[in-house]
Amino acid sequence: MPRPMTMTEKILAAHAGRSDVQPGENVWVDVDILMTHDVCGPGTIGIFKERFGDDAKVWDPDRVVIIPDHYIFTADQKCHRNIQILRDFVRQHGLRYYYDPDFVTSEPGMPNPYKDPTKTHYKGVCHKALPEEGHIRPGEILLGTDSHTCTAGAFGQFATGVGNTDAAFVLGTGKTWLKVPPTMKFVFHGQIPPYLTAKDLILAVIGEISVSGATYKTMYFAGDGVASLTLEDRMTLTNMAIEAGGKNGVCDVDEKTLQYVRARSNVPNWMVYADDPGAGYIFEHEWDLATLEPLVAKPFSPDNRDTAYNCREVKVDRAYIGSCTGGKITDMIFAASLLRGHSVKVPTFVVPGSTEVHADMKRLNVHGEPCQTGDKSIEDVLLDAGCQLAPSSCAACLGGPADTFGRLNEPMTCISTTNRNFPGRMGHKDAGVYLASPLTVAASALTGSITDPREYVGEPIVTGTAGTV
Amino acid sequence: MSTTITGQAFVLGDDVDTDQIIPAQYLSYNPADPEERKYFGMYAMSGIPVEQAGLPGGHTRFVPEGQFESTYKIVIGGRNFGCGSSREHAPLAMAQAGVQAVVSQFYARIFFRNCVNGGYVLPCECDERLIERIATGDQCQIDIEANTLTHLTTGKVYPLNPIGEVKPIIDAGGIFDYASQAGMLKR
Repeated sequence: MPRPMTMTEKILAAHAGRSDVQPGENVWVDVDILMTHDVCGPGTIGIFKERFGDDAKVWDPDRVVIIPDHYIFTADQKCHRNIQILRDFVRQHGLRYYYDPDFVTSEPGMPNPYKDPTKTHYKGVCHKALPEEGHIRPGEILLGTDSHTCTAGAFGQFATGVGNTDAAFVLGTGKTWLKVPPTMKFVFHGQIPPYLTAKDLILAVIGEISVSGATYKTMYFAGDGVASLTLEDRMTLTNMAIEAGGKNGVCDVDEKTLQYVRARSNVPNWMVYADDPGAGYIFEHEWDLATLEPLVAKPFSPDNRDTAYNCREVKVDRAYIGSCTGGKITDMIFAASLLRGHSVKVPTFVVPGSTEVHADMKRLNVHGEPCQTGDKSIEDVLLDAGCQLAPSSCAACLGGPADTFGRLNEPMTCISTTNRNFPGRMGHKDAGVYLASPLTVAASALTGSITDPREYVGEPIVTGTAGTV
Repeated sequence: MSTTITGQAFVLGDDVDTDQIIPAQYLSYNPADPEERKYFGMYAMSGIPVEQAGLPGGHTRFVPEGQFESTYKIVIGGRNFGCGSSREHAPLAMAQAGVQAVVSQFYARIFFRNCVNGGYVLPCECDERLIERIATGDQCQIDIEANTLTHLTTGKVYPLNPIGEVKPIIDAGGIFDYASQAGMLKR
């Protein structure tokens, strides 16, 4: 009898040319896709050239994906220069999968953003753009020079973040060494109630195990509660695996996954793996979704869990809706459903997670269906409520240059759909960030204090076809 | 490589994330450019809240104003050092500022990997909660062969955890040199 294995063990074994791997052992694996962006790309390219030579070829030009997304809308000339470094590398190596912010030129000053999100090569935030552009498939290994690369585990693959040196090594060889992680299993029972999103689930998990509770480990999100989530909401779970120290996060592959990947990817063959019955877990925890409450992570740590209700006395200076974690089209629908017909009380900054999300915000109504005559688009609803909207990018999620949209340049309190709230993450190191779901952020934007979204949400929020195929 | 690292310690708390080690606003510098690379040293640890910077008292600059290097060679952290963003600029900034070793109870995975594979600083682990026993500015010595940290101020010797299976990569100076020595890379 072969030893029962987890999805992650099976993927790593297959890519190491082995029938079996054990948690804790180091294996050399073949990498399917390497992703980098404008912040880590130049350093990666520098190491690649230094180590392999100026004329060296990348191991496979069709497996390298470059998605500028971090420092796009800034007047910092070094950022524009960094994009030019990516362009030069792409041209030199004939890379097909590069998503250029074509509106960034050598002119000094803030670039003029795209006018129409459907008419630019630029895609926005890499973790959202990767699956949209068909680079994510079950059973594969994705490495990216960004800690939130783990997002793609929602599609049943092994995805993790690496540094520039590791990425440069993969660029030249297609290989890396990985320590096989043991798996922790988090089971959610029941259907998700209308006042919760996946953000509440992952804040519950991180609050339970702490920001280091999954260090070196796989986080497997399972149960009918996870199956009931949209793919986008599953991405919110796996996205924040890194905030518990997780090496990767995974969800099971189901019909929703298969439909999405078949519609998006032009690679016909990939493997679907699942945990064997009897696979070993070093930790298991279960939740009943009916008993979970809307949660926040208080400053200054993603594991500083509390209920939104308990924080109702906390005044907020601004609200922020965006990022790979909370800037997807379903996140925008959650926020818009709640803001519709109301006005925000505090400055509320909205940044679409990708240009596709931005296009869908113009194309779809708050039920996630194409706008009919007389319908307001998601974008209209948010603007009518008084939100400020910027073109897609990582924007203030990680602070960035001082002229970044929404950046917390002063000590203040912000409630945000983003992923991390260590000191200084969104700008000023004395600014306090409360992490929350798009529902809780929208409810708080309406009152100016942290607000339990159950005060506003009654009916289930339908997201329709948004974020599917 | 010398088998000892001797110098002043700079002591930090738990869960020091890479945004604190090198804030995102400085990531527009290109580490591949030798002139720009120096700025990672200048801004190393500049995201640490002032009351946490240099424990137990805090309010200590890691790098003097306007300079590119720190006088601290050893950084002491608590639990989960280097969590958060995968930016390799974090161990690079520490190395650029002159840090040779970091000692903490345990590391976030990507930071540890970047230290090892990039060959920037020696990431040592110690089960003792050194941040409560060593003060910023104290002289310490790490003996790489004996795998110990000596707190020269008190003379107390603390055992470090075995480095384990990544030792050959550390000894080689990083993943590229390791792979070259192992015959995996041909130039």
